[in-house]
Amino acid sequence: MTEKEILRLKKIATHIRKNIIVSTSCAKSGHPGGSLSIADIVTVLYFKEMNVSPRKRNNPDRDRFVLSKGHCAPALYGALAEKGFFPEEDLKTLRKVDSYLEGHPSAKTVPGVDISTGSLGQGVSNAVGIAIGGKLDGRDYRVYTILGDGECEEGEVWEAAMCAAHYKLDNLCAFIDVNGLQIDGATSEVMNPNPIGDKFKAFGWNVVEIDGHDYRAIESALRKAKKVKGKPTAIVAKTVKGKGVSFMENKASWHGVAPDAEQTKAALEELDRFEAELDSAGREA
Amino acid sequence: MGKSATRDAYGKALAEFGSDERIVVLDADLSKSTKTAVFKDAYPDRHFNMGIAEGNMMAVAAGLASTGKTVFASSFAVFATSRAYEQIRNSICYPNANVKICATHSGITVGEDGASHQSIEDISIMRTLPNMTVLCPSDAAETRFCVKTALEINGPVYIRLGRISVEDVYDENQKFKAGKGVVAKDYGSDVAIFATGYMVQQSLKAAEKLLESGIKAKVIDIFSIKPIDRELIVKTAAKTGFVVTCEEHSIIGGLGSAVCEVLSEKRPTKVLRIGMEDTFGKSGTPDALLKLFGLDGESIAEKIQKAMQKS
Repeated sequence: MTEKEILRLKKIATHIRKNIIVSTSCAKSGHPGGSLSIADIVTVLYFKEMNVSPRKRNNPDRDRFVLSKGHCAPALYGALAEKGFFPEEDLKTLRKVDSYLEGHPSAKTVPGVDISTGSLGQGVSNAVGIAIGGKLDGRDYRVYTILGDGECEEGEVWEAAMCAAHYKLDNLCAFIDVNGLQIDGATSEVMNPNPIGDKFKAFGWNVVEIDGHDYRAIESALRKAKKVKGKPTAIVAKTVKGKGVSFMENKASWHGVAPDAEQTKAALEELDRFEAELDSAGREA
Repeated sequence: MGKSATRDAYGKALAEFGSDERIVVLDADLSKSTKTAVFKDAYPDRHFNMGIAEGNMMAVAAGLASTGKTVFASSFAVFATSRAYEQIRNSICYPNANVKICATHSGITVGEDGASHQSIEDISIMRTLPNMTVLCPSDAAETRFCVKTALEINGPVYIRLGRISVEDVYDENQKFKAGKGVVAKDYGSDVAIFATGYMVQQSLKAAEKLLESGIKAKVIDIFSIKPIDRELIVKTAAKTGFVVTCEEHSIIGGLGSAVCEVLSEKRPTKVLRIGMEDTFGKSGTPDALLKLFGLDGESIAEKIQKAMQKS
């Protein structure tokens, strides 16, 4: 991945981060912390990796994405708006009664969403089903999903993990967003799901451990995942909850609380400054 | 007219309609019992064993459905519905996924396995879910029709099936209509028995018993619990003035409740609900259990007579 490419992706991710702040702020509720932690992964998937387009929404060969940690819908919606699935302006209607942007992803109402999620543990099973469907139909699309590390406390994650390995679903790639925090505090204190990579390995998955904010690492992990035959891949991504907004970083309290007007202003200013830095880096390059 | 279990008719129907390549069948380590193995023998590539993991099975079914498949997912009724309830709610019903949950071993006629394996609340919890259709056939011909109906619906369907071999109620020429009850017997208008599943057979026996005592009953098979045949229920209640419901299920939330909902809104009528009276089942032979819980023909007739004497 070239520096130029990284700059392009970082700009998109920053834009998505700004929209996470704006949309949750307008909604006066939602989940900014985890949305910010997955913004870089979502950006690489939607703007580098996956074959999806609003113009070919029902293309049977399109890659599929399931946001298993459905509460981080603001990150997904930000990417879908940026991709052109719906107007960016609509992000301000998130969670409102007359909006199609449900609090958690809804396949019935949100353009570009294939699977309704929100109840933790189920999205990864849904992704397994899509991967089996792809194999049955002899299509070569890939299925991506993002789980939270807290989500790995759900038993269903491991039922799905067993199933994906059993059916040798090498068309399935799951990111685990290891930000180390859940609503009630540190995952290690609430109910320790670690070591997550070892667990997926034991369940028969190909496991890659990366920094979930390092674009080259994300891209390289995705490349490795594609090369592995006969096994699904788990990309265990170490991330920072609240990434990009310094006062939100590494704080469990930002799991499910929206920023108020003042916090929104501060967050957007910080992201604007970062965007300006990216622009000047771009001019230098 | 012969005898067979509705689960056997389900397996045969799956194999019969299975040439449609969109059909995919999932099972949770019970394929020989649920009879999805019959489909597996015919179409091994489209049958997937999900192991003993019902929650995952239902959510996998929803994922498969999103790729254009018509998915059948089977297990025993207790595990298919109660264990996997939230997956059925959120992964299947909420997005209206094209998944057919065909659950066998419902009710107390599971027999010797006992209360842990006898589902008496599945109709209740399935019918409360938006987008869900709930069907409970009494015999082989009706089971085949329910599977066919399920294939015509683009959305979730729950089909409640039984373990034991039961007498045929209908011959193969019987015409069924989706969402419509069937007048299985019409001796007269003293009382109407709305029954579902295996209780149709037992209610037919009860109707004969009642006739011996001079009570002329109608037996109406409500195999479609949701949607329910409101028109037939109201029309029948208008004729009989007294209505009985009979189900191998709790009297809370099942057919009895569904009929009461219709009548209390459209035509208030006295209703006697026969079923499991807020109690779990137990181990025993199916016949012994039907007698113990008052769900055999003779007990049903006695309960009805008693209620009619009182009123």
